[in-house]
Amino acid sequence: MNLTTVIQLYVFVLASVVGYQVISRVPPLLHTPLMSAANALTGISLVGSLVAAGSDHGTLSTVMGFIAVICATVNVVGGFLITDRMLKMFKRDHRKAP
Amino acid sequence: MNESLPLRELLIQGTYLVSSVFFIVGLRGLSSPEKARAGMGYAALGMLLAIVGTLLHAEIVRFEWLIGGLLIGTIIGVVIGRPLFISVPMTAMPQWVALSHAAGAVAATLVGINEYMILRPEIAAGTMAALGFEVLLGALTVTGSVMAFGKLQEILPGRPVTWPLLNVLNLLLLAVAVALLVVLMVNPVLSTAFWIMVAIAAGLGVLMVLPIGGADMPVVISLLNAYAGLSASAMGFALDNNLLIIVGALDGASGFLLSILMCKAMNRSFTNVLFGAFGAPAAAAPGTLADGREMRAITPDDAAVRLAYARLVVVVPGYGLAVAQAQHALRELTDLLEKRGVEVKYAIHPVAGRMPGHMNVLLAEANVPYDRLFDMEEVNGEFPRTDVALVIGANDVVNPAARTDSGSPIFGMPILDVDKAQSVMVLKRGKGAGFAGIENELFFDPRTFMLFGDAKASLTRLVSEVKSL
Repeated sequence: MNLTTVIQLYVFVLASVVGYQVISRVPPLLHTPLMSAANALTGISLVGSLVAAGSDHGTLSTVMGFIAVICATVNVVGGFLITDRMLKMFKRDHRKAP
Repeated sequence: MNESLPLRELLIQGTYLVSSVFFIVGLRGLSSPEKARAGMGYAALGMLLAIVGTLLHAEIVRFEWLIGGLLIGTIIGVVIGRPLFISVPMTAMPQWVALSHAAGAVAATLVGINEYMILRPEIAAGTMAALGFEVLLGALTVTGSVMAFGKLQEILPGRPVTWPLLNVLNLLLLAVAVALLVVLMVNPVLSTAFWIMVAIAAGLGVLMVLPIGGADMPVVISLLNAYAGLSASAMGFALDNNLLIIVGALDGASGFLLSILMCKAMNRSFTNVLFGAFGAPAAAAPGTLADGREMRAITPDDAAVRLAYARLVVVVPGYGLAVAQAQHALRELTDLLEKRGVEVKYAIHPVAGRMPGHMNVLLAEANVPYDRLFDMEEVNGEFPRTDVALVIGANDVVNPAARTDSGSPIFGMPILDVDKAQSVMVLKRGKGAGFAGIENELFFDPRTFMLFGDAKASLTRLVSEVKSL
């Protein structure tokens, strides 16, 4: 195991801990938007897809990258839009002023 | 490690770092409904930065396919995400999320396969392991999510489908897939092993979701989310990309945390949900208990009087409410009651619905203000001073057998203590048992009144009865 891998493991573990801490503060009220947001975030595979679609490794590679870019982008764009649509619906009660 | 990075690489890494921070800040925003939308704005900005940073990548030499893909993907995404074009109803949110998981996982899997094919002649064991996990988890998530979509959309039977030794078969397949990965780490040229591994992972996705019943879907969807995240993380290890590792880890944490919460809310272990095939129908004569007690029906006008003259009404909505599309009728009824001075609260069980927090979204869509929605822990203490607990389309989550009957399949599951209320009113389609096929003693309690019929029709009727009082 080289130094890069060790650093990557550090990053992975620390990010998991941060993720756990941040997400355990999300109230059950917002668990569905959280899920939808996490879903949009899985579209981060777009990063790998873009490189695959843009680098020069033959037609098959480009086509696979192209399809991957489409799928990941649908995931990202659709995910963020639907999350926002959901969050817009959560309103406080304005009828009874405290 | 000691030579300094070229400027381009520094720029990419800097962008990625800012992007990662935005993602974390964005998720932090979800801790309150007021900050959530702004938080998601940060997360979207993080994603934009991630794309910009990636486009600086030295390996990218051609832009036509990549831009074409981004454009097509954006168009499809907007069509799905904007209610203008296809309005995905909030009840269908779980299947939509499942399908979207599948799309993201297709991308991760294809990138993994592509990377393998490019690097094949010489792949370091570590990189091969990362690629293997990426493709394994990715392919499993793709087929598993499509299966979950099929079940939730009721294209496939929602009841658990199982046959003897299925679990043994699954474990065996998993073992074979991992063994193939080890072989590939030693000798990466064996592409046949790679393809068999991908095929097994895809098959496993189907076989793992097949025996899981509709009521357990919240756990499955959360779990698939975690797998998709871990697949992205593995991609990060394979491509030496910290951004992928971080975001994948955030996703993984979110998915696992939610699945654990859902399991706790059902008092079941992970293994029990995944291998248990819960929800098989049990045969029992509906409407009567073993000791001959019967359910007591109430007429809509009586029910309306009881609700209108109560001080505190706690509404317990279950998935039956959403199935009947009765959220708006319910909101109308509670608005009327509030105008008459009745205090109204909504009690939300963590597994009410088909995904974590689903019921909150369904009620928010019907314009119920979120400060009326209470979690199980918050509201359980209120039941003794509740005049009427109005249970709509919920069954197992209010079944006192979970507290009292150690022989019951749901024993130990945390429930809403509806039986402690002064009186209980249950809106129910018929006299049959609930989703899990378990008889509910609450319905036979002398303080419980049953209003039979379709939830929407009953609520509409109650609205007009309360109006005429």
